[in-house]
This record gives sequence, structure tokens and C-alpha cells, in this order.
Amino acid sequence: MSLISTLARLEAMASGQAGPLATVRHRRISDRPLVLVPLTTAGEAGAPLGALVGTDRDAPRLLTVAQPRDRDLRFTFLAELAEAVLPYLDAYADVVEPAERSETDPETGKRVKAEVELCVDAPQIIVPSRPGIDFVRLLGRSMRFRRTAEEDPDTPYPAPPRVPLLGRWLTHYGERARVPGSSLLLAATDLLNRHWATGQSSLEDQHLGALLAWIDPPGELSGAEAASRAEVERDRGGQLVCPPAGPATDPAFDNKLLAPAVERYDRARQELAAAEDGPDADERLARLTAAERDIRALLHGVMRPAWDAVWHGLDLLRELPEGARVEERWTRDRWSFTGHRDRVRAGEPPQPRRDDAVTAAQKLATRETAQAQLDAAEALDDPLVLAGRRLSGEAFVGEVTEVVMAYSESKRPSPRPLVTVRTDDRPYLGERTKVFRSLDGRPQSAEFVRYENAPDGDDGEDGERVLVLRLTDRMGRAKEPAPGSVPDKGDRIAWTLFEHDQRGGPKLPDPEEAPWTHGGPPGTAGAEGTAAPAHAPDPVTEEDFL
Amino acid sequence: MRGNAFEAKVKADGGTELLQLLAERLGGEAPPPAPGEVSVPDLSAAGPEGRTARTALALREATESGGWALLDHPLLALDVAGSPAYLEPDAVVVRPDGRWTVVEIKSFPMIDGSADAAKVGAAARQAAVYVLALERVAGRTPGAEVGDRVLLVCPKDFSNLPTASVVDIRKQLSVTRRQLTRLTRVEDIASALPEGTTFDVTRCSGAELTSAVEAVPAAYAPECLSACELSFHCRDRARESGAVEALGRSVRGELGALTTVTAVLSAAHGDTGDPGDPAVMALRRAAALRAEALAGSGAPPGAGALVGADAPAGAGAPERGVG
Amino acid sequence: MTAPATPDAVPRPVPVGAPFDPGAAAARATDAILRDTLGAAHRGVVVDSPPGAGKSTLVVRAARELAAAGRPLMVVAQTNAQVDDLVARLAEKEPELPVGRLHSNDPDPYDRALDELPNVRKSAKAAELAGLDVVISTAAKWAHVQGVEPWRHAIVDEAYQMRSDALLAVAGLFERALFVGDPGQLDPFSVVGADQWAGLSYDPSASAVSTLLAHNPGLPQHRLPVSWRLPASAAPLVSAAFYPYTPFRSGTDHGDRRLTFRVASDGSGPDRVLDEAAESGWGLLELPARRTPRTDPEAVRAVALVVRRLLDRGGAAVSERAPGAVPVTADRIAVGTAHRDQVAAVRAALAELGVAGVAVDTANRLQGREFDVTVMLHPLSGRPDATAFHLETGRLCVLASRHRHACVVVCRAGVAELLDEHPSTEPVQLGVTVKFPDGWEAMQSTWERWSNHRVSWRP
Repeated sequence: MSLISTLARLEAMASGQAGPLATVRHRRISDRPLVLVPLTTAGEAGAPLGALVGTDRDAPRLLTVAQPRDRDLRFTFLAELAEAVLPYLDAYADVVEPAERSETDPETGKRVKAEVELCVDAPQIIVPSRPGIDFVRLLGRSMRFRRTAEEDPDTPYPAPPRVPLLGRWLTHYGERARVPGSSLLLAATDLLNRHWATGQSSLEDQHLGALLAWIDPPGELSGAEAASRAEVERDRGGQLVCPPAGPATDPAFDNKLLAPAVERYDRARQELAAAEDGPDADERLARLTAAERDIRALLHGVMRPAWDAVWHGLDLLRELPEGARVEERWTRDRWSFTGHRDRVRAGEPPQPRRDDAVTAAQKLATRETAQAQLDAAEALDDPLVLAGRRLSGEAFVGEVTEVVMAYSESKRPSPRPLVTVRTDDRPYLGERTKVFRSLDGRPQSAEFVRYENAPDGDDGEDGERVLVLRLTDRMGRAKEPAPGSVPDKGDRIAWTLFEHDQRGGPKLPDPEEAPWTHGGPPGTAGAEGTAAPAHAPDPVTEEDFL
Repeated sequence: MRGNAFEAKVKADGGTELLQLLAERLGGEAPPPAPGEVSVPDLSAAGPEGRTARTALALREATESGGWALLDHPLLALDVAGSPAYLEPDAVVVRPDGRWTVVEIKSFPMIDGSADAAKVGAAARQAAVYVLALERVAGRTPGAEVGDRVLLVCPKDFSNLPTASVVDIRKQLSVTRRQLTRLTRVEDIASALPEGTTFDVTRCSGAELTSAVEAVPAAYAPECLSACELSFHCRDRARESGAVEALGRSVRGELGALTTVTAVLSAAHGDTGDPGDPAVMALRRAAALRAEALAGSGAPPGAGALVGADAPAGAGAPERGVG
Repeated sequence: MTAPATPDAVPRPVPVGAPFDPGAAAARATDAILRDTLGAAHRGVVVDSPPGAGKSTLVVRAARELAAAGRPLMVVAQTNAQVDDLVARLAEKEPELPVGRLHSNDPDPYDRALDELPNVRKSAKAAELAGLDVVISTAAKWAHVQGVEPWRHAIVDEAYQMRSDALLAVAGLFERALFVGDPGQLDPFSVVGADQWAGLSYDPSASAVSTLLAHNPGLPQHRLPVSWRLPASAAPLVSAAFYPYTPFRSGTDHGDRRLTFRVASDGSGPDRVLDEAAESGWGLLELPARRTPRTDPEAVRAVALVVRRLLDRGGAAVSERAPGAVPVTADRIAVGTAHRDQVAAVRAALAELGVAGVAVDTANRLQGREFDVTVMLHPLSGRPDATAFHLETGRLCVLASRHRHACVVVCRAGVAELLDEHPSTEPVQLGVTVKFPDGWEAMQSTWERWSNHRVSWRP
């Protein structure tokens, strides 16, 4: 944790109220996000128990599994989830704009521009907390290799028709969520924690109710008091007033309320199965329906607070203006969505269980680039983030006190003006260290020349430094710098030691040409995953949990 | 629960499936035993001493016999901080070559060959303690050797079929060995308590218990919340005393000798603190930079920015003339 | 990481009673490595080299022998400094050898000293260096080379510090390769999470060697068995603490090296710890226990004072390299720290004491370098907590293995207790080969040993 965030937390602790960690919003919040609050069954390692899902905060769709050990009920749940989620995704798939993408021509091997479609907006899924994202991934993994009766008439437990497709989409969203700065799938806690510092630890910040209480406490309470209540307060029946935001449930709820309800449901089901005549069966059916209704009411009761909390959090986040560079990142999310849409439409198989060597390396490179882009963009968009970089010596803000024209020593001298800057910051500058400023939204570079007043490496003293920079680019081709490209005396400018853009990594071989050091092409002796076909369904047994 | 049912399934049929997995994953000379070739000794006895003695005897007999044996829930003893602790691994397998292998059966799944790393780590540390306890027995058993690789058995993917992975616990062993030598002896801890202190819930009232707990210093970190039932008590104490640790261990890193919220904030705001102390200097710079950023943005949460107002790539004006 | 070595890689057992002949042991290892490298039986050869075991010498020799055998080769190193160093060493050993230095398009892409070497050609384009006997560059630069005829041979230097994905990007450029590196130094890392690939043989964030060996388990693995840098006082500790399963020895014996001072001790802490270090090879200057920020002014000043006194007292080193005593000048001294702000603080403190020319850097930047005397600000000094960063074995290993004569550790008291409060609870990924040793354990064992050379001092 940086010292500035530590300080913000300590201030929150002293004041009892969360404080800002950002002055702008660093993530896209869609106008119409899909909120998903999932629950799992205790002790069943990820078996779904229920969910609230939808885009209308006043009318969530309630999905439940009355008996999580029953495969048919789980399949019904997943089919309903597909019904709730897929139309939402589909609605974005056909609203497109023309765009260009550079591709490698398969015949000539040259880079060419291709006319492609780009979805003008992308669907966004918000879950309450980080374990919710893991659960989306788990659901995706469990569904995408399922076979429907249509695909495989012999499969012992055919999945409902659209379930494998939902699995592929959830997998895609789960993977995208690992890309720093992406906004397709977000956790409300992560969003709030990015923008506010509470007076509790980051572990406690994973509790959505407590976190919101710090940021926007109800009534007269301080954030600290409200958070403490959200964590521990129980009603007379021993139930948490603010239940956990899932997917795990509170043991007191499982044992005291849920388990008896499920038992009643099981009993009613057995009785119905054993019923003989019509009137008797009707009555037993009514009991079963009632038992199921009870479970639905119970689950709704523990999910609704999290549902409302997510929307409450989104309200707070929407009050922050969006950072200038968020749009750029969202465009990459749109590409990601469009790309997966295209793969599904092209009939490509589901994502493999594990990435091959080249795909893994590519993903890692993409994420490292995205992380560097995000770090730079947040600092450029937000003075409070920049303050952290200034404190760590990676940026400085200063006033221009003098500009002296100078030229490079080449046959055609180019402008290389010397800019003197006065700053109170302590950047880690060494000989010819490169620094950058944002000029019309794009970086202009300069190099450090010398300090005018302070000795080398003296880090202790307070007070100002006067330093000289040499501008090195973006001044046009003429002998005189283009208008506006050189700072004026009196300008106050932020300089960074980190680059604003990121070069992409090197080109990696095609997966079919993986080298011998990495096992060779897939399917050869040295490569992994040769035993089972990559897309084979999972083994199924009587007692699967998902 | 599912966990117990899974363990029973893994050990069913005299452990045939379990030993199959073990032979497959750990290799070795011996082919996996045929069904019926595995001896499963009865380990029941009276009291913990009786059961540990029975376990030691069974281990010796199995090792001498040169065959396969599966010890289901053996009981082992280990000296911890000067008092004996009894340990019960899920299973120990004795191989014909005299090697003993600890088997841990867990209910979390292995999906596509990987599992929750925190849970595997906990299982590895647990297994290391079993191996250390087994080494005591092996030291007195000719021909015996305890393996430093243990077998972790979990449900495969989303099924209840068992799958297994070998976990190399040499690191956990070396760490646990040293930790055991460094533990303060239980008697020393007890003698530091006020005379007559007891935590025995059957013998004292709620009030007595509370005052006994309060007599003990609390060392709190937020990680305690997921591991200990007394964590809320310790958290309250940490918060009352204004300890910065209440925010997490990592916050202390840059605060130096400042240990309370009040001390940090008053140093940051320039009221107290040695201005020559780098921690104090850094705090003051942090506070000034934070205040400057928030003031420039028009108070929290606000719009506009020192440098942030410019839009990327072409849109918006260059940043200058900032206040 | 340090997988059990294959039988042919273990130094041959020395007959009981025979004295250990380090020169002969090292020569046997080198011969076996060159045999496997020049032979045709294996596509790859892996060499583990502990600190100061002659890795660079081996690389230069292998490159010359391959070139002499008419096999042009490419050399992959990890940093520009390493590349420039290798080019210079090659040119020194064999000035006639045509060497290409492939460099980036950045300003100042290589050390200007290379311009003095007549047979070294420099270019940013691989095609312009085609046909030269040896072409050397960084992994990052090689990764962008395309459309060239693959080399038959490559040498990959510092292979343990290279990431698997970096190897993936360059492996198409060569048919076979010699991989050389030190498994005990700092591991490569990624700033983003890579857990989802943990346990995969080709985990892109793992080291190049672990991927290589996972896919090619039959490759010969050799080990250089002798450290020529570390003195007899240091090798056993470094070997036991950081290389417990692949031990090595020092090339020199007790008494072969001596550190003396012209000026006697003034009885101060810095002087006493210097005497202790001169006598035993290690010295621990222990300041009173206190929780401090990273740039603890007292500890920083103590580090600077030790260096100042070492110079003032006219330290001189006797070793097998030269018959007489050689003065320990500033350029033969290094200060190592864990953090960059500590580097800045130590530099400022040294400047204040009028000391110039001493290398002060973080462990990352001291990797691969050698000095007569090093002064280390212990990574846990004054810390209120012990994070994974501070417990990383590689960092401590680098700091404790740069010296030929003596190493002084400066630290606040209370390290063992701090460690007790932070028990090792690392998560474990299935299928990942365990890298030894555990950082917590290595911290404890080194601390225990250094405590025997403790000089307590209240500044």
C-alpha cells in the first residue's frame, strides 16, 4: 500500500468516514449493466444455490435451486440463468460500427488493414465481490464442455440447450476480468475500493455491506459504527441483518433456516412421489410448491441486500466524473466482446481447459501491457493518483522558469529547447533520464540535463529543486518549433518518468510452431494435453456437485 | 457431509483405489498391489497413548512384513512447546520398500489439475507436522523411511471421483522443524499469567473468562478474522489502543517508529514528530501532496484536475495555467 | 527449481583421504560441459553456476570453441550491461574473433567502449551482422528479430533470470543451445497475476530453465562445483543456506586470503566489525532494536561509516591472485540494499563523508558483480513486518555472495523475533517444482550464523 493510501485510511479511521482515493472514476459503468448476485451451497464446493440477476434494480429475476444435490434442478437453474443473461448479451451483438483492424494476410504474410465490425457498446456484468468473479469463472468452466442432447444423443446427462453457450460467455468474461483496467466483468467491492479509502483493512473491505457503510453510512451513524453493525448485527433469530454478499452464505442461515427448509422440500417431494390418488396428489403437490416457495423466499431474503448494495454502490460511482482515458480502455473491452462474438459465430470450439504455451504467453504480455497502460492513464487522469507517483519519485510537477532555445548537433539541426523547471518534488532523475508530459493528450518527451541548485543524491532536505530538461520531440519538422509545442515561462506542468504509451511485446510464434523448448506444436510428444481431446466433456458421476 | 463421504469412498475396498493413485503418482519400483494384497491393520485402542502405541506397532509390523499397508487414521504424538500433541493424519501408506507416505484427503476440488493454492498450502503445512511425528517413530523402526513427498487426494473437477497430486513438502518440513525449536515452552507462557488464571470454560463464569482473556496481550492482524474466534475481541483492543496494525500489517512498513493512528496523523499534519525522521518527512510530503491534489480537484469527490483534465489523443487543450 | 542433478552432473566423488583439488574438479566439470555442448547428442545443455563459479569464463570459452569449430552462434543475455560485458570479455580473450553486437534503436544503446574494439561490429539490424562468428544481444532485442536463417547454436546466459515467455519468443532462432545461469539468484517475476498458469510446464512467468527441463527432462544438467569468488569462510554458509541440494565449495582455502588494515582499530563499532570481518569473513554490526522506516538514518549512517573506516584504515587484501597485498580501494567495495530509496540514502551519506567511487545498489543491480568487501544493509533491518519481498531468498543470496574477502551486515537487533512473528504460510500451487530453500528458513539460518560474528553498537 502506498503511503498516500495508508494516510487516507488512517484519516478515515480518525474521522469515521471513508475518504477519496480518486478524483475521477477510473472504470466504465455501463448505462445498463447486468447485475448478478450468485450464491453457492455450503459444503458442496461450488454448487449453485440461487441468484438474483437482471438490469432493472427494482425487479431482479430470482433463480433458486431447492435441492442443490439434484442435477435436474441445477440444470434448470443454469438454463434459467442462460435465459436471463444471453438475451442481454445478444442485444449488444448486432449494434455495430465499421472499424479497421490490421491482420496478417494468410497468402502474402504482410500486415494489411481489414474492414471489420466493432460493437458500438458492450454488455457489462457486475457482481458484488471478488469471490463472485471466481464463481462466474467456475460456472463458465463447468458449463462450456457440457453436451446438449442435440450435440450428442448418447450423453447420459444432456445439458439444456443454451447452457454450453453461456459457459463460453462466462468463461470469456472471467478471463477478461483478469486484464487490468478492463470493465466487462467487475466486482462492486473492487470498484468501491479503487475509489475510496475506508478506516478498516483491505480484508475487511471485501465485505460489501461494511464497505458501503464506510462510504455512505445510513442516518446519523458514523461510517465506523455502521460498518461494525453491517458486520455483526443479528436479529432475534440469530440471523445477520446484513448477510454476506455471496457466493458463500452465513452458517447460521444454512443451519437454522435453509437446512430445515430443504428438508421440508425433500420430504414433500418424496410424499408426492408416493402419492396415489388425485386429490391426495394435489394436496401433496401444494405442499411441495409451498416448500419450494419458502426456499425461494429465504434465498431472496439473503440476496436482496447484496443486490441493493450493488446498485447503491453504482449510484455512488456514477457521481464521479469518468476519467478521460477510460473511454480508450472501454474500446478495448468492446473489441474483446466483438472478438468473442465472432468466434462463437464462426463455430469455433469452446475455450480449452488450459491455455497452450503461446496463448498463455500472449495473455500474460497483454495483461502486462494493460497494467502499464492503466498505471499511466490513471495517473494522467487523476491528480490524486499522480500524487502517489510524485511521492514515489516517478513524477514531478513544477513551474517553468525559463526556456532557452537550443538545437541538436546534426546536419539539419532540430529544435532541442532547454526548459528550466522549479519543483518541490523529489524525482529519481539520473543522467539523461527520460521524462514525459502530456501535450494535447499525447506524450512529449524530454531528457534530464542537470540540477541547477541541489547536490547529487541529496534526498533529505525539504525545499525546492531547480532542474533543466531538454525537449526532444513533437516540435514539428521545421527549424522553429511548432506553435504551442514548447512550454512557456510560468506554465505548471506534470512530468512523468514512466511512459504514457506502451509498445506491444514481440511477435510470438503461432501455436502450431511452438519451439522444442516449450514442447513443440500441440499434439506432439513433448506437448501437454495429448491424452484427452481438448474439448472433451468432463466425466460425470451420480454425485456431481456442478 | 460430502467431505466424509468422499474420504470413505477413497478408502473403500481396502484402499484399492487409493493405493492405485499412490503407485501411479509416486512411482517407485513396486507395482500397485492387487486387491486384497493391502493390509489394513486395526488401530483401535484405549486413550491417546494406547492409540499412538498401537499405531507405532502397526507401522513396525507393516514395515517388517515387506508388503503394502494402509493405516486409516493412525494416531501420532509430537512434542510441541514442551507438551505432547496428538495428531491424526487421514492415512499413512507403508510400501514394500519400507517407505511411509502421508496421505491427505481433502474435499476441495482439483479442477484441470489445479486447486486453491491457499488450501493446498495449509494441507502441506499440516502434512509436514505429520511427517515430523512419523520421523520420531521411524527412527525407532529398522528399515523405515518417511517420504518428504505426500499424496494429496481431492475430488476431480466437478465429480466425486478421486484424483491425486504429489506435494513436495521439503520446504514446509524445514520451516516447521525450526519453528518447533523456537516455540516458547507452554510452562513459560503459563507462568507469565497472573496466578490462578484459567480458560477452562467448564470451571469459570463468563465474567471470569472475560477477565482471563483480557489479562493476555492481544497481537492482532486482520488475517486473524478468518482464522480465530477471538479475533473480534483482539480487533476491538487494537482499535481502542489506536494501533495502526488494525489496518493491516502492510501499513506499518513505511511508518517507522510511529505505531498509533494519532501519532501518525499528528506527525503528518506537522504537530509532532522529529522532522529529521524519514518516516515523518515522507508522511508530511504525502499529506501535502494529497491535500494539494484534493484541493485542485475541488474537494472530494470532484471534477477537474491539475493534469487530468486533458483528454487523450487530440481532444482537449494542453494542460497549462494550473492553480 | 533446483531439481536433483542427473548422475553425470554430480562432481565425481573424491576418493576418501585425498585432498579436494578445486581446480581439477572445476576442470572436469568444464570439460564435460564442453563435450556435451560440442557433441550432437542433445539439443540443450543446462549448467547451474553458483556465485563466482566462473560462469562468464565458461560462456566465453564455449563461444570461442563453437566458433573455432566453424559453428557461428548467437548469444542471448538479459541486460545490455551483461551483453556489453560479454562482448568485451570475448574481445579481450580473442581480439581477432568477428563479433556482432546487436542493439536497440534507443539513444546510447551500448557501451561506447565497444567502439574501440576493431573486430566488433555494431548494428540494430540482425541482417547486417549475418555471417559473423558470434552475435550477441539481449533477449528483448532478439525477440524482435525476424526473417533470418536460424543459428545452429546459441548460448543463453543468466537463463534462470529469463522468463519462459522470453525464451518462447527467441527459441525459434536457434536449433540447439547451452543454458547457463545461477539458480539461487532473483527469480523473474510478473507485475500481473499469473497464477492461472502455475503448474503448467510452460507457465510464461516461470524461469526459462524450468520450462526447458519440464519439456526436455533428458537434457544433461551440469553444475560448476567451485566458487572462485567466495572465500572459504563464506562458501559453506552460502551453499548450505541457498543451495542446500546442490552444494558447492570455495576454490581457495582458509588462509589463502587475508584482509589487513594499516591503521589499528579505534574501538568504535565500525572498526570492531571490520576487524571481525577481516578475521572471520563475516561481521554483523547490530544496532539497538527499533522499528524504523526503510531509510533508517542511523543504519544508513552506520553503513557509510563502515565504508569510510575501511578506506581510512588502509584495508589491503592478500589473495591467490597477486603475491603482495593489494589496497582495497573504493572501486573494490560495494554496498547492497533491498530498496532504491535506501540506495539513494546511502549514496547521500557516503557523499557527506566524502566517499566516492563505491558501488551502491540494490540486489537486482548487483547481480553478477564481484568486489573485495561488501557491506549489506540487511533487508529486515528495523522492519515492522517481513513481507514476501523481503523474504525472497534470491535477494539475500545476491547480497551475501558478492565478496572475495569479507561481508559486513548492518542490521537492527530483533530479526529472529520478527521472523517468529511472520511464520511462513506460503500458498502452494500444484505441479510447481519447488524452489529451494524457503525464504523464512534461509533468513533464520543465515541470521543464526551471523549472530556469531556480532558487534553490538549504539551509534
